[in-house]
Amino acid sequence: MSGVFSMFAYHFVQRAMLVGVLVSLCAALLGVSLVLKRYSMIGDGLSHVGFGALAIASAFHLAPLYVAVPVVVAAAVLLLRLRKSSRVKGDAAIAIISSSALAVGVIVVSLTSGMNTEVSSYMFGSILSLSRGDTVLSVILSLAVLALYLLLYPRLFAVTFDENFARATGTRADLYNTLLAVLTAVTVVLGMRMMGALLISSLIIFPALGAMHLAKSFRGVIACAAILAVVCFVFGMMASYVFETPSGASIVVADLIAFAFCSLVGRKN
Amino acid sequence: MAILTCENASFSYDGKTVLENVSFSIKAGDYLCVVGENGSGKSTLIKGLLSLKAPAGGRITLGDGLKKNEIGYLPQQTDIQRDFPASVREVVLSGCLNSLGGRLFYSAADRERAAMNMERMGIEELADANYQELSGGQQQRVLLARALCATRKLLLLDEPVTGLDPVAAGEMYNLIKLVNLCDNISVIMVTHDIHEAVRYATHILHLGHKQLFFGTAGEYRRSALARRFLGGGGL
Repeated sequence: MSGVFSMFAYHFVQRAMLVGVLVSLCAALLGVSLVLKRYSMIGDGLSHVGFGALAIASAFHLAPLYVAVPVVVAAAVLLLRLRKSSRVKGDAAIAIISSSALAVGVIVVSLTSGMNTEVSSYMFGSILSLSRGDTVLSVILSLAVLALYLLLYPRLFAVTFDENFARATGTRADLYNTLLAVLTAVTVVLGMRMMGALLISSLIIFPALGAMHLAKSFRGVIACAAILAVVCFVFGMMASYVFETPSGASIVVADLIAFAFCSLVGRKN
Repeated sequence: MAILTCENASFSYDGKTVLENVSFSIKAGDYLCVVGENGSGKSTLIKGLLSLKAPAGGRITLGDGLKKNEIGYLPQQTDIQRDFPASVREVVLSGCLNSLGGRLFYSAADRERAAMNMERMGIEELADANYQELSGGQQQRVLLARALCATRKLLLLDEPVTGLDPVAAGEMYNLIKLVNLCDNISVIMVTHDIHEAVRYATHILHLGHKQLFFGTAGEYRRSALARRFLGGGGL
């Protein structure tokens, strides 16, 4: 067992742990609202946009996060606008944006560096990719996401449960929907360096779904999802160290096991 | 003094008029039922009254100090809500949203108001129960308690008994009438159930893309339109 804990001696592991726990928390909280509003795939769509942005940033040797965060935030706002227009339905809008962004990313990659380890780390995640500067920015942004979510909790609950009622009582539902999308965008970008573009949406969806099997109140679901997310992240990282498996995929498997457990327990009750 | 007046209001979607020439007003304590066939513009009118949709013409004005965000609204339930993990207390408390103002969290007074409205609806024992596990009738009571948290003057109910069994529907009608009589809260209710409408309401508004009738329930019962609609001669 002491072998597992020796991993914490490495600086890059410490950084990954800190950022990972914070991002998992953000993803879990936002995930509850997104899953309930039937926006589950937004995380997936935005991560593909993130891949495109990171590919372009690396081609032009720019700091990846400083490019990806604004681009993905813009994509999130655009997605909500598209969803509102009756011509393009919600899931189709996500498919359009995500596959286009992926295509741009792939073309940029093939024209410049070609498939290399850096690109592969964007797709499947790598805990080695977090620099010191990235860590500081990630910690600040994820704390901001957490703070906003908790401070606006009553309003976000109302908008999630019943948008029409919230609107009728004078709440600016569009503002809060946009805020949710922007916070999700930031979380996705922060998480995808570690989890990978293809796996990040699991951080958003699994803890929320698992928690819904266990808790009876919204507050309970939020708390449960937060705990599940952090526990799964830590166990996933440890497993990845012990079995030498990729970190992102290991975390997803930990989430999957926890979800299966929750649904079994939930069914029994 | 009228708390809500609609003057020659019309509504359109994409330039196509769906409802026109609607003129009525309701006073404190009135109970107005909006009836008409599917697609006659009932839901559109509700959206207009809640300022969720701007009228294409005419005016809707509120009086007697009623503010736009102080209308207690009971919407038709959506699928999302049916499997939403929330406790009854959380749902009812969210009705106090409009009294938050600039505050971030609900106050003790808000919580008290929510508790009082749960008691009025006879659901105080369900406060910690999961909303999605309640029966249809209980869910509607929760939503009515929430609507009461949002208003002291006017309730707007969109088909509140749809999907309820006859007993639960009867209880719901009685609760609404009770709130109307005891608290002097005006009610505007959209309903399919014209027999119950003329039984409980003081006024009837009959729509069919335009205003076909507006007047007291007694006048409506004697009208030719009602005789046809109530099933006297059949349609």
